[in-house]
Amino acid sequence: MNPIVKVEGLHKAYCATVAVDTVSFEVQEGEIFGMVGPNGAGKTTTIECLEGLRKPDRGQVTVLGVDPQHDAHFLHLHAGMQLQQSNLPERMKVWEALDLYSSFYPKAAKWEELLVQLGLEEKRNAPFAKLSGGQKQRLFIALALLPDPQLIFLDELTTGLDPQARHAIWELISEVRSKGKTILLTTHYMEEAERLCDRVAILDHGRIVALDTPEELIRSLGGEERIVFSVDSKLPPEFEDNVRQIGQLVVQGERVTVHGETSQGSLVVDVVSLLSRQNIQFRNLQTEQPTLEDVFLKLTGREMKD
Amino acid sequence: MKSLLKMTWMESKLFLREPLGAFFTLVFPLMMLFLFGSIYGNEPTEYFNGRGTVDISVPAYTAMIIATTSLVGLTITMASYREKGILRRLRTTPVSPLVILVAQVIVLFMMTAIGMILLVVAGKLVYQLRFDGNALSVVAGFILCSLSFFALGFVLAGLMPTARTAQVVGMVLLYPMLFLSGAGFPRELLPEAIIKVSTFLPLTYVVTLLRGLWIGDPWSQHLTEVFVLVGILVLGVLISIKTFRWE
Repeated sequence: MNPIVKVEGLHKAYCATVAVDTVSFEVQEGEIFGMVGPNGAGKTTTIECLEGLRKPDRGQVTVLGVDPQHDAHFLHLHAGMQLQQSNLPERMKVWEALDLYSSFYPKAAKWEELLVQLGLEEKRNAPFAKLSGGQKQRLFIALALLPDPQLIFLDELTTGLDPQARHAIWELISEVRSKGKTILLTTHYMEEAERLCDRVAILDHGRIVALDTPEELIRSLGGEERIVFSVDSKLPPEFEDNVRQIGQLVVQGERVTVHGETSQGSLVVDVVSLLSRQNIQFRNLQTEQPTLEDVFLKLTGREMKD
Repeated sequence: MKSLLKMTWMESKLFLREPLGAFFTLVFPLMMLFLFGSIYGNEPTEYFNGRGTVDISVPAYTAMIIATTSLVGLTITMASYREKGILRRLRTTPVSPLVILVAQVIVLFMMTAIGMILLVVAGKLVYQLRFDGNALSVVAGFILCSLSFFALGFVLAGLMPTARTAQVVGMVLLYPMLFLSGAGFPRELLPEAIIKVSTFLPLTYVVTLLRGLWIGDPWSQHLTEVFVLVGILVLGVLISIKTFRWE
């Protein structure tokens, strides 16, 4: 199968600052591919090179079978794009924006349907300036869907939105994907990447430091899993010895934490069966799974920060 | 074609929704006409070669409308479209930048023309406005003047880094020009020295051409104005193509 997006050795610098440093990846049809990383990691520059908005210094970029620099028109006809920084005129109404933008495409999707699908029907006559952040983003998704595109670019779609609006957008994206569209998105919310993406490229300082499914990244690089529970009485030494064979044990008063390697997979089962075998009463047992945040921390030695 | 029509229609609506722009193009010139009309009336005087204040003011205020829409309206719109990322969003669609620019020109031209028509109608109805020119000549002169100034507006929009500076620079260019070129009030009131200065102002050529055509001067008498305005138009288009930026 031909990849929808193919990037080989992409390099882009602004004056002396290298924004994207020899990045290569492919996006397959029907998948949600995410680029994650802190601000300044090169996500937006990469996506803008793919959209034909920026000219790469070096490297091969093919999107929907064409070079975005040479066939920007073709690309803009067949791909939907939502940009990190863009706007509509303040006094343009929601329906007017959809109506205007649909006139740019020979076979535009029906905007009246998109209005309903994206939950903007009530805001039909609202001017752009009066929309909330989440509504603006939903309108931009609607505009990106107008060409009935095979491929959709979403750049920092939920940045600055409150959690509720963010979750609503996530559901929308899952719906869009279920219609067979390919999505390439960037985010600096690891949770977002984990929730939405089939595959994730983690970028740092313009390079891809890891690329795989979120599950695989967490399994291989997420480090440890933690089991936390409380006990009323002191743990018998025998239990402590047994636990030390499968992981690390930390006891703080009545709070007990067992750290174990994720790759083992059965840490919870082991700990719980040890507890019950020795008849130890416990409360509030929780497992803390590693996330992509932990993967990033492990790869770069730094926390992801906004 | 469909996108050009839609874009033009959309931009007209946006123009009218922006109260300040619509005011200076459509309402303010009328207010000036009524203000000076009520002070001086429109009796013919020797001072204006046998014409009245209103006869002289209608073509002059038309020049004022042209200058205001170009140097303030167009400049701010284009610079803020660029600054806010409105052009950026359009750039991700198949629409040609030409459609965006042509739609702007059509809308501003229509609004300027409506501004002029309002002046003519009000002048006729209230002050028995006199017209000795050839209507077609006046229309042709009006088109040349408008396009020439729009080109100037696009140059300014392209050169200014932000909407804010575009606004300031536009105003700074506009106001002295309105007073010194004879657009805001009759040139006959200005001292000799200032009239000399005004030969350096593009708007002076608009005022001279429109006033001349209005009283029936032949084109041959205004070759300088035509030459200057065509020059501005050609240079302006070339420079604005060079300086056009999406972001």
